[in-house]
Amino acid sequence: MAVKMSKKAASIDMTAMCDVAFLLLTFFILTATAKIPEALPVDTPASTVQTKLPETDLATITIGKGKVFFDLKGREIRTRALELMGQKYGVEFTEDEKTKFALMEGFGVPIEGLKSIIAMKASERSKAGQPGVPKDSLDNQLAEWVQNSRIANNEINQKELQIAIKGDAKEEYPAIRKVMDILQDQKINSFSLVTGLRGKNF
Amino acid sequence: MAELNTGDGGGGKDKKVRSKKQNSKVDLTAMVDLAFLLITFFMLTTTLSKPQSMNLGLPDKDDKDTKNKDIKVDENRTMTILLGDNDKLVRYVGLLATPVAGGTPKDFAFGKGGIRAELLSRKASVLAYSTAKGKPKNGMIVIIKPSKKSNYRNLVDILDEMAIVDVPTYAIVNDFTPEEQKLLEGK
Repeated sequence: MAVKMSKKAASIDMTAMCDVAFLLLTFFILTATAKIPEALPVDTPASTVQTKLPETDLATITIGKGKVFFDLKGREIRTRALELMGQKYGVEFTEDEKTKFALMEGFGVPIEGLKSIIAMKASERSKAGQPGVPKDSLDNQLAEWVQNSRIANNEINQKELQIAIKGDAKEEYPAIRKVMDILQDQKINSFSLVTGLRGKNF
Repeated sequence: MAELNTGDGGGGKDKKVRSKKQNSKVDLTAMVDLAFLLITFFMLTTTLSKPQSMNLGLPDKDDKDTKNKDIKVDENRTMTILLGDNDKLVRYVGLLATPVAGGTPKDFAFGKGGIRAELLSRKASVLAYSTAKGKPKNGMIVIIKPSKKSNYRNLVDILDEMAIVDVPTYAIVNDFTPEEQKLLEGK
């Protein structure tokens, strides 16, 4: 009898533990947001500064391989910015295209080619070889995008739009400087640089 | 809860059911292990995916440059850092033609043993100098000059050093004098 008793206590009942574990697991899976594939993958340099980027009111300018991509947070703001850009350059976007644009990731095409990018599937976009948003003084669409996004953000959220620059570590300085100059021309003197995480004892 | 009911289908054969009772509990250990592994994975990925950022403030860009040009700065407080290609870094203290003691142009490496040690010692000496003059609030000024060939990583690295060393005033300046250009290209 005594031998049998000890055998019963040998295995702990894990049912409750298992329940809790799976409950937590479900919670974390549901709260985790699916990562949207980046249109222009860049390798950001690391820094020890640990300021987090804001989740809203943010425009990200990605610089890599000599190209510039633009991304904006917030569906309404994206739609409004697209409308303003359409008016400026005389391109008409349908409601369907606006909804699709609100949900897609960053892009890097001139406004004339934006329609075809919107029409593509997400998997095709990354392979499409987007040439980047034009930023020369003759056709400075990047400045227009920044300007109109700021207007859109101000209209909808009544807040000033934050700008983040996400540059590739190997990108040469003049390319970064060009973007900074565009921002400074609009009196944006303070912005964030997106960096990776580096160990404390660097 | 997790016990398997093996007794129901047994019918009249009581003895055989009893022999199966040892297996009636399912071992949940492996399942719990797996669940916790996945929890750890999802927890880490959700918290680590947020990108880090570094704030950068640039001085007002004025079309009429003449207004801002005339601020006189004590050359004993300034250090100029030139960034070149292939992670080259040259620094000098004071004016290039007449550098202060120990501040002649010199190559440094990025990181702890290189430019950071130099920045820290120079910061201390500038503080001592300013305190001696009765203005302990006047800290070091660092001028960062990235050349056309320098890359973005170097710029972020040096800005990071500014944050680590806690340099009170630093600025990114874009214009190069021919002498500085020569300095970067090597002797």
